[in-house]
Amino acid sequence: MQTTSDEVLLERIANGDRLAMQVLFTRHHVRAYRFVLRLVRNEATAEDLISEVFIDVWRQAGKFEGRSAVSTWILSIARFKTLSALRRRGEEELDDETAGAIEDHADDPEITLAKKDKSAAMRQCLTKLSAEHREIIDLVYYHEKSVEEVAGIVGIPEATVKTRMFYARKKLSELLKEQGIDRGWP
Amino acid sequence: MNAVRNAANGGERSDIEDLLPWHAAGTLDARDMQRVEAALARDPELARRYELVREELAETAHLNETLGAPSPRAMAALFAKIDAEPARRPSGSTDLGVRIREFFAALSPRTLAWSASAAALAIVLQGALIAGLVIKEKRAGGYETASAPTTLAGVGTYVFIRFAPEVSAAEITRFLATNKFSIAGGPSAGGLYRVRIATAKLAKPDLDRIVKASQQDKVVGFIAATE
Repeated sequence: MQTTSDEVLLERIANGDRLAMQVLFTRHHVRAYRFVLRLVRNEATAEDLISEVFIDVWRQAGKFEGRSAVSTWILSIARFKTLSALRRRGEEELDDETAGAIEDHADDPEITLAKKDKSAAMRQCLTKLSAEHREIIDLVYYHEKSVEEVAGIVGIPEATVKTRMFYARKKLSELLKEQGIDRGWP
Repeated sequence: MNAVRNAANGGERSDIEDLLPWHAAGTLDARDMQRVEAALARDPELARRYELVREELAETAHLNETLGAPSPRAMAALFAKIDAEPARRPSGSTDLGVRIREFFAALSPRTLAWSASAAALAIVLQGALIAGLVIKEKRAGGYETASAPTTLAGVGTYVFIRFAPEVSAAEITRFLATNKFSIAGGPSAGGLYRVRIATAKLAKPDLDRIVKASQQDKVVGFIAATE
């Protein structure tokens, strides 16, 4: 069975079709929520932001030009909303310095236990990355965005996307090394 | 910055190594994918690093999947906001376009193939009918019968058409299909066909406009409105 494409749903949404909005929301809200949650680290805030993201989708549907995938467009809106919310609250910004300042390298019991399990340790370290690094790791690995798409979402050149990904991975390796897991790279 | 990376990884390798995360995620284009696969095949160290990338991808996916989903509150809040928005007036033309695309998008390739075949068969059958009528007319020599009016009687707007003698049955079929005309009877004396041009009674100005437009088509030798 073939499903209605996201693009067709957006055209219907532009005409005020609530059912199409429901379908598009059902299709994309979980991933968008997870993307936001990884940045704001607060479930209630993430939920509020998700409804803000999709009300923007509802309002802007007629302006979607199809130059990117709909999922990429939604993530771009989600990122913008998240950054705006973080700025309003005067909390964490998406840059290394601020994010780095709130990183907690304390070796709590959970981490101690995680050391025994490389996979769990890796997941623990993924949560310790700066917001900027978490964002790019998630976009590439979980949201399966190409270099070009990440560049569009984050608003940086493609070469910078590759460089930032390299340093995010490098930081991840360093965090693992701090936990006694040496991957032999970089 | 690149110098540090190049020193750590070695010139060309750095470029290829940069692509490993996207290769693991399957989001490279064909050219880059081939470049990476060729490099992986000839470089065991790069292949070892690729395994590290795959581990990262697996754990990132695992981590995200454990984040759960928003509660129904998110959707309720969204639709409360939508309800508070001013109502929109659908654009008819866009709506029709969307519906047409949705209709064809919803059909499976097999259904589409069958539909196309059925449409082709219908055109062939209509062509054959017209050809049969023309042949019948020619066999009769100079003698033409006034055949009884058939089919499609009732409401609608009708004209008499004599098709140009040099046109093929396929061209007549195309003309009828393009204009959504149907042959309702004929041929009568003089090779005239009674053709329905609308399912409703048209106003005279509209009828005159269609007659005039049809006269321009090379398929039509003669056309006249009927009462």
